[in-house]
Amino acid sequence: MSAGHHHALYVPGDTPVHRLPPQCKLIAALGFAVAVVATPREAWGAFAVDALLLAVVAVVARIPPGMVLRRMVIEVPFVLFAVAIPFIGLGERVEVLGVSLSLPGLWAAWNILAKATLGVVASILLAATTEPRAMLLGAERLRLPSLLVQIAMFMLRYMSVILDQARRMRIARESRGFVARDIRQAPVLARSAGALFIRSYERGERVHLAMLSRGYTGQMPAVHDLPASGRQWGAAAVLPVLALTTALIARSLA
Amino acid sequence: MTSGAESGTAVSLQVSGLAYAYPDGTQALFGVDLTITRGERVALLGPNGAGKTTLVMHLNGILTAGHGTVEVAGLPVRSDTLREIRRRVGLVFQDPDDQLFMPTVREDVAFGPANLGLRGAELDRRVRDALDRVGMLEAMDRPPHHLSFGQRRRVAVATVLAMEPEILVLDEPSSNLDPASRRELAEILRNLDVTVLMVTHDLPYALELCERSLILSEGVIAADGPTRSLLADDELLAAHRLELPYGFAPSAHPR
Repeated sequence: MSAGHHHALYVPGDTPVHRLPPQCKLIAALGFAVAVVATPREAWGAFAVDALLLAVVAVVARIPPGMVLRRMVIEVPFVLFAVAIPFIGLGERVEVLGVSLSLPGLWAAWNILAKATLGVVASILLAATTEPRAMLLGAERLRLPSLLVQIAMFMLRYMSVILDQARRMRIARESRGFVARDIRQAPVLARSAGALFIRSYERGERVHLAMLSRGYTGQMPAVHDLPASGRQWGAAAVLPVLALTTALIARSLA
Repeated sequence: MTSGAESGTAVSLQVSGLAYAYPDGTQALFGVDLTITRGERVALLGPNGAGKTTLVMHLNGILTAGHGTVEVAGLPVRSDTLREIRRRVGLVFQDPDDQLFMPTVREDVAFGPANLGLRGAELDRRVRDALDRVGMLEAMDRPPHHLSFGQRRRVAVATVLAMEPEILVLDEPSSNLDPASRRELAEILRNLDVTVLMVTHDLPYALELCERSLILSEGVIAADGPTRSLLADDELLAAHRLELPYGFAPSAHPR
């Protein structure tokens, strides 16, 4: 089957970062992102400090830098958008290698790029050190709307089932000579997607019946006790607090 | 019409005069009567389209009777008894992927009893006990989608056993199983100490596991008797589109 025994993003390990309860890590990553966004864009040094903080986390969690870099590919669409801004931006212009660029545009691009990169790296580290299941338990623990957590939980459970179904449909198409060459084959693929949607929907109904058969009343029974000690909260707070301090210092200097 | 309440204890399932038509007008059941006493293992045989699944869906109130009654250990299936009925009737679905919806086996088996309000050590005991009865205790912390099909079906049985049901209803338990998984499941089912209703068209499996069989055909119970004598009656089987596998002779298979 297609799915391996661990989820693709999770890097198994037993480091202090891995051991922190998921709810602490979720809050820490969120706090860090907020602090980064609150940092003035002119404060080059502050961003360097933030990057350094993440590097320390990566070292403690034993996440290889190469892996973090590879996963940063997810940011590419934002980078493309940011790169376009200096060309189309208005206002004061500067010459760089004979190309006229907008100065506010450059600042805006830098702002997006720096903050997005730091946020993406923080989420990569979070995903690499927290199992998806633990992440959901953490979210539950933080009292996120239970419906959303349930939807995410079912997605986690049924992703491989649905991908498997999609794969079987593709094999069935190709076994009968179908090749997706250009746009003219789009209707066939659209119909396949539609069939897959209906099958998943029907499975959803059957799963719901199975849940009702076992006493489901709209709430997942809260069975898990996921305690986080004050010390663990303290350890998790180090990253966002340092980032926030950096942001505040940068603001007061600006 | 007899009522299950009067006899008190011994009747697990009583269906009386059950008729049902789908909303589009297709009549699926034309007055089904059957009684299963506690501790029995009964096979419900019938060709595709005989109304087996429709009947099963009445047993835990997913469909409600157009006419007639269903009682589980004396409790009638009605909208106000649904919660208790669903605890008493353990339905094992044909596709274990429909039944195992939680991220790990342990959480899945715990789902039912947790909904009944169990927590902590008591919940843990139920989960371990149910998994132990199907021989899947070592898979407790694995995600269901990493198990083989046969293992998933066994876990699906455990999820229902953890509810401590009055009657276990299995929809085509042997479908899609390889011979070894099929035999393992049979051994597990034979050793369970619960009432079982097994819906199937796998006649040798019915013979192996159930003393008694019912034949559901065209929406009515067409025959009710010892499995061995029903399967030995070629005319009866032929009349209801049931067939033994090639070369299979019930008389050659002592229990």
